[in-house]
Amino acid sequence: MFGDYSIGDLGSIFVMQGFAGLILFSVYVLMALGLAIIFGQMGVINMAHGEFMILGAYVTWMTSNVFQSYLPGLFSGYFFLAMILAFVASGALGMLVEWVLIRHLYKRPLDTLLATWGLSLMLQQAYRSVFGAREVGVELPQWMLGSLHVTDSIEVPINGVFVMCLTVLITLSVAYVMYMSRWGRQVRAVVQNRIMAGAVGINTEKVDRYTFGLGCGIAGIAGSAFTMIGSTGPTSGQLYIVDTFLVVVFGGAASLLGTIASAFSISQTQSTLEFFMSGSMAKVLTLLAVVGILMLRPQGLFALKVRK
Amino acid sequence: MINSRFFNRSELIGFIVLAAVLFVILPLSLDVFRLNLVAKYLTYAFVALGLVLCWGYGGILSLGQGVFFGLGGYCMAMFLKLEASSVENTKIQSTPGIPDFMDWNQITSLPLFWQPFHSLTFTILAIILVPGLFALIIGTAMFKRRVGGTYFAIITQAVAAILTILIVGQQGYTGGINGMTDLRTLKGWDIRPDHAKVILYFVEVVLLFACIGIAQFIRLTKLGRILVAMREQEDRVRFSGYSVANFKIFAFCMAAVFAAIGGAMFALNVGFMSPSFVGIVPSIEMVIYTAVGGRMSIFGAIWGAILVNFAKTSLSESFPQLWLFGLGALFIAVVLAFPNGLSGLWADYVQPRIDRLFASRKRKPGWNDNSVADGAPAE
Repeated sequence: MFGDYSIGDLGSIFVMQGFAGLILFSVYVLMALGLAIIFGQMGVINMAHGEFMILGAYVTWMTSNVFQSYLPGLFSGYFFLAMILAFVASGALGMLVEWVLIRHLYKRPLDTLLATWGLSLMLQQAYRSVFGAREVGVELPQWMLGSLHVTDSIEVPINGVFVMCLTVLITLSVAYVMYMSRWGRQVRAVVQNRIMAGAVGINTEKVDRYTFGLGCGIAGIAGSAFTMIGSTGPTSGQLYIVDTFLVVVFGGAASLLGTIASAFSISQTQSTLEFFMSGSMAKVLTLLAVVGILMLRPQGLFALKVRK
Repeated sequence: MINSRFFNRSELIGFIVLAAVLFVILPLSLDVFRLNLVAKYLTYAFVALGLVLCWGYGGILSLGQGVFFGLGGYCMAMFLKLEASSVENTKIQSTPGIPDFMDWNQITSLPLFWQPFHSLTFTILAIILVPGLFALIIGTAMFKRRVGGTYFAIITQAVAAILTILIVGQQGYTGGINGMTDLRTLKGWDIRPDHAKVILYFVEVVLLFACIGIAQFIRLTKLGRILVAMREQEDRVRFSGYSVANFKIFAFCMAAVFAAIGGAMFALNVGFMSPSFVGIVPSIEMVIYTAVGGRMSIFGAIWGAILVNFAKTSLSESFPQLWLFGLGALFIAVVLAFPNGLSGLWADYVQPRIDRLFASRKRKPGWNDNSVADGAPAE
């Protein structure tokens, strides 16, 4: 498949496809970050994660519509507000779900899978009833369109760079919150030993609720980024959920660094392969490689060495 | 406490009720169209039965049963499709004698892996062996490395996703998103008219009872007890000298073979096979049939498959919007409110009344002592 291209061409192809994969990478990272917090830290399998992401996408779409009709002057900046709103909406829904559903199921991880799958079906139907079954697309502000010319043969899309920066920013803040702040210490303490954490005065239920909310909120931001690569429909989230779980498992469930590395390798492999073959075969090969590597190394790329 | 009888009393009642309903009541009371729908539901009962062994007893949640259902179904459909695309049936094509979708996709000769499906014997062997071997490979790779629980669930789900994308993507070899349609005859015997549907229904019910027999046999032998022990305390079973991985692989392969038989019967009864019965969504739905019926109960799971599908058909006919809400709520309710499903409810509320009824009539202590470890009797 490489035969028809010269070395220089191949270099440009890899760079260009690499940048084309940036948005996919960002969506994976943001989705997987939320999931890594929820699955890696709390042990909850949240199959409705894709629907939390789509909620963020719909919030972004609504915000863009509101700005278009009432505040056309500020349209170029709507995206920042939309992201904050997406975070708040998905986070709030996440906390509600935790309170109603998840907190009864912490000891039964496989059952959280079934229950959250049920939740995802209900959310999908809710989106279909509220927003309609047709997919909606978001209009991007002018400054996000177009691309930067780096060299003659390499072009970089601006929205890709923007989303990339955003992802770095959010990843750094999550890392800060989880590893530097007092609240992050409490989260890790609860994960490591719930009873002891409760005994030293941490309100474990509250920590659980906010952790779940944070994970879902980040999924909402992923939804905002998602509006740049695809139109949003009620079932768009379901397409990404398995990929995201693979990203998290592949990276090693409890490791944020591993999550980022695996999101990067999976999205880049996929977008590079897409240049050489059909999209579906690229996806099949990528997933097969991931499953194959997981069979050889079930603990994932970056696993913490723990005694069990 | 090894049971000398094949069924204890409540299981015998469950067996007789199910046999009466499937062999007598439904065929007499339903028209052929509805009976064919029941036959479609029952194909999922095979999957649910496999999941009882694998999930309820072995504790292995597989979210990839659609893969095996699909493999079995596609093996059967390939045979039927080849027979339906004989040279005289397909003489308008540019290459007569190959399935129509291959002709549409500019494939001019039958691919090599299609060739053996001219033989019915090979097809029947393939329906059992292909999914069985596939499960053996996945199971060996996973369980020998002690991957289990949630990781196994996620990876089987990924396998389901991969197979669906592959089937949809390789349109020329598999029929793509439309699947294999227009299946006509089995060894010259037309499967489409009403009397054929009735015969196929009875064949399927007989097969289902054969599978129930196998499952019940596994459950009653030492094997079944080891599966339960493994689910409860995996390490202790390992320290007692049993190879936990081999037992898990066995349960997973049995579940795969049951699912494949269901898939093959689906292709025969419904007359087509498509990737929409392979992927993630149908695989999880298959788990919910088992969960609703009761993951511990062989008969419960079969009722679960019938009832959930019946609800799906009737609700989505009249209120398509409500169905997804209903299904979602069912998932949540099953997990939160009644984790042992319908058979759990039966065991908690109905069984004691029946017992009291019998106990007041004749006192014969101890007949219920021989129920197997989990204590959730069949419906």
